[in-house]
Parts: sequence; C-alpha cells; structure tokens
Amino acid sequence: MTITDFLQLIIFGIVSGAIFALGGIGISVIFGILRFAHLAHGDMMTFGAYLALAAITSMQLPVLAALPIAMIGTAAAAIALDYVFYRRFRKARPVVLLISSFGIALVLRSVVQLIWGPGNYVYESGISIPYVIFDLRIKPDHLLIVASTIAIIVAFHLFLTYTRLGKAMRAMSDDPNLARVSGVDTERVAVWTWAIGGALAAAGGVFLALDTQLNPLLCWNILLPMFAAAIVGGIGRPYGAIAGGLLIGIVEELSTSFIDPAYKPAVAFVIMVAVLLWRPTGILKGTT
Amino acid sequence: MDMGGLLNYAIFFATFAGIFAVVALGLNVQWGLSGQFNFGIAGFFAVGSYTTAILTSEPVATRIGGFDLPIVVGLAAAMILSALVAWAVGWVTAGLRTDYLAIATIGVAECIRLIVKNEDWLTNGVRGIPGIPRLAAEWFGPSPWIMLLLVAACVIFAYAAIEAARASPWGRLQLAIRENERGATAAGKNIARARLEAFVFGAAFMGLGGALYAHLFGFISPEAFGPNFSTFLVWVMLIAGGSGNNRGAILGSFVIWLIWSGTEILTNRLPVEYVNQAGALRLLFIGLLVQVVLIYRPQGLLPEKL
Repeated sequence: MTITDFLQLIIFGIVSGAIFALGGIGISVIFGILRFAHLAHGDMMTFGAYLALAAITSMQLPVLAALPIAMIGTAAAAIALDYVFYRRFRKARPVVLLISSFGIALVLRSVVQLIWGPGNYVYESGISIPYVIFDLRIKPDHLLIVASTIAIIVAFHLFLTYTRLGKAMRAMSDDPNLARVSGVDTERVAVWTWAIGGALAAAGGVFLALDTQLNPLLCWNILLPMFAAAIVGGIGRPYGAIAGGLLIGIVEELSTSFIDPAYKPAVAFVIMVAVLLWRPTGILKGTT
Repeated sequence: MDMGGLLNYAIFFATFAGIFAVVALGLNVQWGLSGQFNFGIAGFFAVGSYTTAILTSEPVATRIGGFDLPIVVGLAAAMILSALVAWAVGWVTAGLRTDYLAIATIGVAECIRLIVKNEDWLTNGVRGIPGIPRLAAEWFGPSPWIMLLLVAACVIFAYAAIEAARASPWGRLQLAIRENERGATAAGKNIARARLEAFVFGAAFMGLGGALYAHLFGFISPEAFGPNFSTFLVWVMLIAGGSGNNRGAILGSFVIWLIWSGTEILTNRLPVEYVNQAGALRLLFIGLLVQVVLIYRPQGLLPEKL
C-alpha cells in the first residue's frame, strides 16, 4: 500500500465515520437519557433520507436545502413514535423497549417501502468530477458531507453546553434521579432527546444516501458500526460517539486493503466486542 | 382450492409452524428461563440449515461435500454445531448486559450471514444449496405427512427436554439467576457458567429448527436468513405465547404463524398494482402487532407459572 492509497482510504474512512458519528450520537444520547438501545435508529435514518428525496423530487431543491426539511420531518416522526409507542414503556424493563424498537424498525422500513417501493434511487443523477490534490481524489459530495457534519456537530455542541435544555439533558444522562429531584422536567427532556436524535439521524441518512444509493435497507445495514461507534466512544457520551464513529469508519476502510471488503461490517463488530470486553465503559467513560 | 389442496396447505402450515415452535422453545430457554437476550436467532438457524445441507446432500465438485449422510445424522450434527457456535459466542459475550448482548448477537448473526454469502467453497455462496433430501422420499415418495411427523417428533422432543430441564435443579438455578443474580452469587453459584449452559442449550434447538427448515424446502440460500424473517417472527411468537412458558412458546408459534399466513391470504386479494408491496404491508402489520401485544398483554397468552 502506497502512502497515497493509505491517505485515500483515510479520506473514505472520515466520510463514513462522519455518517456513523451522526447516527452514533443519537444512539448514545437516547441510551444515556432513555436507557435503552434504540434498534430502529438505522431505519429512522433511512426514513429521513427518503423524506429528503421527496423534498428534492417534488420541489426541485438541492440536497443541502432538502436536508433541514428531512431533519425537521424525522424529528417530528421520532417524537410521534415516542408519543404513540415508546412512551408507554418508560416504566417497563429495558428489554421491552428493545423488542418494541425492533418492531418499529420493521414498521419504518415497510412504510418506506410502501410509499417509495423497493427499488434504488439517487438524489441527483450524473457523474461528479472529483478534485485531485496531490494524487488524492476528493469528491465534492464528500466535502459537502464532512463540512455539513462538522457544522451540525458544532451546533449540537453549543446546544448541549449553553442552553438550559442541553444542560438538563446532560444532567439526566449523568444521573436521572438527581436530575429529577433537581426539578428537571424529564418528559420534556425525553421529547427533545427524540427531536435531536431524529434530526441527527436524518442528516446521517441523507449523507449516506448522497454517498451511495437509497434503498429501504440503506441504514439498517450500518446499524452495527453505529452501535459500535456509540459503544466504543462510551455509551451516553455524544462526544465519544464522534470519536468512535471516526475510528470505526477509518479502521473499516483500512481493513479493506487486508481482508475481503465483503467482511467490512464484521470489522466494526470485532472492534465493538473487543471494547466491550476490554473496557466496557468505552474509551470515554460512559454511563452504566 | 379443492379439498386435497386445502389438506396439503394445512399440512404445510402445521409443519412450518412446528419448525418455528422448535426455535421458539430454544429461545424460551435463553430468554424465558435464563433471561438472556438473543437477536441473532437467524444466525444459529442458518448454522443448523447449512450443517445438515452439507452433510446430507449429494457430492458436488464446487463446494465441500455433500456427504450423502442420513437425515438423522444431519439433524444431530446441526444441533451440535449450533451449540458449538453458541458456546464460542457465549464464552465471549456471557458477561454482557442485556442491551449489549442484543447488539452483540445481531452482530454474530450478521457475521454468520456474511460467511454464508461469501464463502463459496463452504456454502456455495449466494447460489445456495439445492437437492437437500426430503425424509424417506425413496420409500414413500415426496409425502408431506412424513415431514410433518418428523417435525412433530422434534417439537415433542424439544418440549420434553426443555420442560425436564426447567423442572430440574438446573432450571431452578436459571430462575434464581434471572430473578436475583446477586442472591445466586451469594449462594455460591457460578453465574457465568449457568448462563453459558442455557445459551448453548437453547441454540441447539435453533439449529435443529434450521435443519428441519432445510429438509422441508430442499433448497437454502442466504436470502432466507435475513434479519426480518426468522429472528423477529420467533420473538413475536414467544412474547405473544408467553415467555417462560413452554406451552406458550408452542401456542404462540401456531397463532402468530396463522396470523402471518393469514395476512398473505389477505394481501393476495389486493389489486394487481399493489402486489409488489404485499411483503411490506405484512411486515408493517407484524411490527404493529408486537406493539399491541407489549402494551396490552406483555405476559402473553399463557403466562409463566412460577
């Protein structure tokens, strides 16, 4: 492997890492605050990607203009799912929510398939010419994905650090009982958790669709690396999920030069299991 | 449909539901008895299917085997290999909490699916393995009754074995761990080992179910082991039937399989332009059904008797 190939793979890894991070943050925050592994997260991302497709085809919008529409729509859908289903299981054992969210994953996937059919779509057809810098090929779409992800994550960081609601979310993630007795409105925090998780999920879904093609299994297929990102980074730690996402994305891409690319998802799995065994709280210490 | 066709359909229905009952009983050991989450049922099911397919089919040049062995050998080997895989998995994951175990088992099933899809020398890849023998076809012709009897025997075997295990001191230890892990630890029990035993024991029956499936259809390919089909349906069956109750697991398998098959009859009446969407409509229905069960009857049709 030459140094150019190596750097090229790192670039691809950063792009998929950014997408894993957007999904992983949502998984991590939902786990930290609502205390369950949200198995429908991948399909929520797929749903967001198709919402953007609807905006692009019906209003002839560019992808970046469709992105906020998809984010708001998916946030609303996430809040609605919580209101109709998940909310009822807040007091139940976490396993009930696992099964429920697995069922919701099927519901979202079939809704996507009922509306848009099982086929493949792309947002914009045509070939985009990559920029060439020192023999490295960088696609315009990849620049767009990474730049938008950085912007979204900075906004998320400012929200968590400076707003009352962000502080309440961090408090609930650290210690739900302490947060409750300190007067945090836990139901309101739960609704906002879904809003943010859903919005970030939609962004991740749109970016993955931009990089590949839309199909009903689009983001179910990356559920494993996203959970790996959240777990590696320390579950309940959104900043950890960013680091975890980049790590998983880069290692997955680099692994393709040693092993059959078909086994890429298995790489994420191996890293995740290794972290679970060696350091169950993740690289940044997560909630237990 | 004439009477003969109806009877054949009923036999096929009962055979398929029986295969699910075997798998649901296996899950009931892992989840109902021992409280361990397994979302990788499809993986163990695939291990069982491919084991018996390789052992009992005719020799082929393009992949390992077949070894043309009797079906009984295939079924036994399917249970053993599935148990071995579960042992390897459980040995790594035994200490994980419920949510992590759920993710880890999804990962295991995914890895097994990748192997099945990509290792042509072993599984013939995406083309699948055809020509898996039906039971006693050389004596009775392809009679569906024989297969039904075999599946019924396996359901009875699984029920008897698991019920005996549940009533034994081993079963009480499992319950003790599930209900009060600290108490069981304080009583000097080896928790990790007991968990691993239950995980392996349950997986053996998932492998058996997979093997029966292979002999029912005579053909298997990676398509059949996607995440929707077996794993989720088996979970719905166990929960609707009543997790922790072996009769509930069997009842749930038949009821949910009846509902699942019934939705197919309904979607067949859809106008032609919607036929492609029938599969999605059925999945949507099952996904909503499990929410209804979890909200209104989380203990299932036949609740666990403690």
